Amino acid sequence: MSVFFYGSAIIAILATLMVITRTNIVHALLYFIVSLLAIAVIFYTLGAPFAAALEVIVYAGAIMVMFLFVVMMLNLGQVTQDQEKAWLVPSIWIGPSIMAVPLLIEVLYAINLQQEQMAHTVIGAKEVGASLFGPYVLAVELASMLLLAGLVGAFHLARK
Amino acid sequence: MFSFQVGSLLNIALILGTVLGAAALLIWVERRLLGFFNDRLGPNRVGPFGILQSVADVIKLITKEDWIPPFADKLPFVVAPIILPIVMLLSFAMIPFAPGVGIIDMNIGLLFVMAMAGLAAYSAMLGGLASNNKFALLGGLRAAGQMISYEVFLGISLLGVVILSDSFSLRGIVEAQSDGWYVFPQFIGFMVFMVAALAESHRWPFDLPEGEAEIISGFNTEYSGMKFGLFFVGEYIGMLFMACLIPVLFFGGWHAPFGLEFGNEIISGLFWMAAKTSVFIGFFVLVRAALARPRYDQLMSYGWLVMLPLSLLNLLITGAIVLMQGS
Repeated sequence: MSVFFYGSAIIAILATLMVITRTNIVHALLYFIVSLLAIAVIFYTLGAPFAAALEVIVYAGAIMVMFLFVVMMLNLGQVTQDQEKAWLVPSIWIGPSIMAVPLLIEVLYAINLQQEQMAHTVIGAKEVGASLFGPYVLAVELASMLLLAGLVGAFHLARK
Repeated sequence: MFSFQVGSLLNIALILGTVLGAAALLIWVERRLLGFFNDRLGPNRVGPFGILQSVADVIKLITKEDWIPPFADKLPFVVAPIILPIVMLLSFAMIPFAPGVGIIDMNIGLLFVMAMAGLAAYSAMLGGLASNNKFALLGGLRAAGQMISYEVFLGISLLGVVILSDSFSLRGIVEAQSDGWYVFPQFIGFMVFMVAALAESHRWPFDLPEGEAEIISGFNTEYSGMKFGLFFVGEYIGMLFMACLIPVLFFGGWHAPFGLEFGNEIISGLFWMAAKTSVFIGFFVLVRAALARPRYDQLMSYGWLVMLPLSLLNLLITGAIVLMQGS
């Protein structure tokens, strides 16, 4: 299992790097989908099959489709690509790199602190559902209110 | 290795071979059945009854020039046709064909199927977008809107079955139907699922992404040769998959009707599974021959105004009844 974990972790990191450095937005989206699939495999190897399935259904299957849907509407061409290229000059990397280095050090420190093995308890759909509608029911209700507000807002904007 | 158990090499090889062979044969079956429904002959020249028509089609597609238009976006253009057959074949890994016959039995089987159905949308969308052609883009847009919308009803209509069987595993769902098929308690769910399955695999009458009368051939306008062939085969594998999934979810899978089991339970199971699948394939072809394509706004309002309330009501009532019986 750890082979799958490290393999998909490497794929996820490489794909995410490609997402940032692509100037063509459709190619960037393709790499983003690969990265999401790799993260789903990571979830599965860590014993969270339900989270893995949701990652593919919700993120790769619905949200990325919506992104692509919007890209289709926008009619982006060579102009946007040239603009992206002009923005992605080497000097732009300095600031984010300086801020990312402390985070990397902290992650390495945290991994070293915790020398335990990977989790081997499998958490299925039933456990997730029981805790969502048990201790975390308030968060679920609040999220549903937020989604309802978005729905009403979209209806208002589209009503003509 | 030569025993029948879930996931053995023999199982995997036989299922893969059967699915690919059946998908190729389906092209001929559909054209012959359409000929029968339309009171004409259909392809009957290649081999006995024209059964080798698919072989001739494949030879034609392979020998054609595999052309990538110079104005197309190459990476998505090449990737798009490959996605559909791959995700559809991956979905087949979850189907339980008979006791001990199947590729894998996961406890998230149904969710995996939904995930693969969601990924299948990329094939038409990326193909339409990368072709850099107005008609292809229109087809891709239609495919995206249609598949996102009908995926919602596809998922919700299945939840009644999940509540009744208390399991996401397809094998568990079939085993829970040993004392009664779910089509009776879940008739509304079954109806919604049938329509959503047709729309999801953009079969006729929901072939608006291709709609050849309006937008040439929709998202695959610029495709030729084996790339077009992959779209084509992927669509037939998808149709075969839906025809296998409906018996598994609603018609008891390998369980024989009226206690008509015979001989070995594997042989009897495979026979009944194949028989039920054939009925639904015939039904899909009949629907194609009988119904006209709706307008796009009709498709959308039908989905959100009829299918969504129906599937939510079905979920609510099923949940309430199961809770009342449980307490």
